[in-house]
Amino acid sequence: MKYGIVVFPGSNCDHDAYHTASVSSGADAVFLWHKDTVIPYDIDCIILPGGFSYGDYLRCGAISNYSNIMKEVVKFANKGGKVIGICNGFQILTESGLLPGTLLRNNSLKFICKDVNLKVNNNKTPFTSEYNQDDVIKIPIAHGDGNYYASEEKIKELEDYNQIVFRYVDENGNASNNSNPNGSINNIAGIVNKEGNVLGMMPHPERYSDAILGCDDGLTVFKSINKL
Amino acid sequence: MKKYKAKIRITLRSGILDVQGRAVEHALSSLNFDMMSNVRIGKFVELDIEAQNDGQAEEFAKDACEKLIANPIIEDYSISIKEG
Repeated sequence: MKYGIVVFPGSNCDHDAYHTASVSSGADAVFLWHKDTVIPYDIDCIILPGGFSYGDYLRCGAISNYSNIMKEVVKFANKGGKVIGICNGFQILTESGLLPGTLLRNNSLKFICKDVNLKVNNNKTPFTSEYNQDDVIKIPIAHGDGNYYASEEKIKELEDYNQIVFRYVDENGNASNNSNPNGSINNIAGIVNKEGNVLGMMPHPERYSDAILGCDDGLTVFKSINKL
Repeated sequence: MKKYKAKIRITLRSGILDVQGRAVEHALSSLNFDMMSNVRIGKFVELDIEAQNDGQAEEFAKDACEKLIANPIIEDYSISIKEG
């Protein structure tokens, strides 16, 4: 298993993702520069890390979507390659059209940085296969624009095709307004595309990937990918 | 080729809750501007375009809005083109 971690100007979770993928999960990892025009042939999974690529100018992820590397990432995904977008990476994936919907400003208008509980709503994806269905896990969020929005029809489609992978819940696994940190429709925290090879999630699994960080609930995402 | 100035106004689509607009509305109300409501916050983009005529300039601007400047899932845009 070899991860390619894309570095955009303004990425700030690229090294965390690299450390988690390599040291914590035991796989190989390399950085990919946003100006690169080729993805090395031996990459199995691309990570679009968190941060503020291009300063979040215009809209989060809008400018990054037109970088050289994203053209290649779209081709890679369309050929079935695994792609995971975390936080700003999720925003880039929606801008690129690889995932439906978009992320609006948090309904509180605040940048929220805290631990949240997530329910594993679908463990039949390459990114969650090592979790049990309906596991409740603790993962941190850190975003100002994480309020998932899509049209009513799109939301129905996401529900019907079981594309909602993670939901914001309370410690008992119940999704409610109180457990929803940002106003996301149906408490959506992470989704996959219909084919199941592209995951976008606002919470940061790489930040809880080692017991020394206080929790390693997020490492299971990487362990699941490593099983491929 | 002529030079045109495009003014592009971007707003959140009407069905979408504008949380910034709502916050500003509350602030206005605390300043006793109770006569004001439905505050919507948007973006304004100005740019120059070289084109053969105003129709073509508008077409270029529209294409740029669809591809980058606006996100059609959540935003509406309007374009005004002036020569000069």
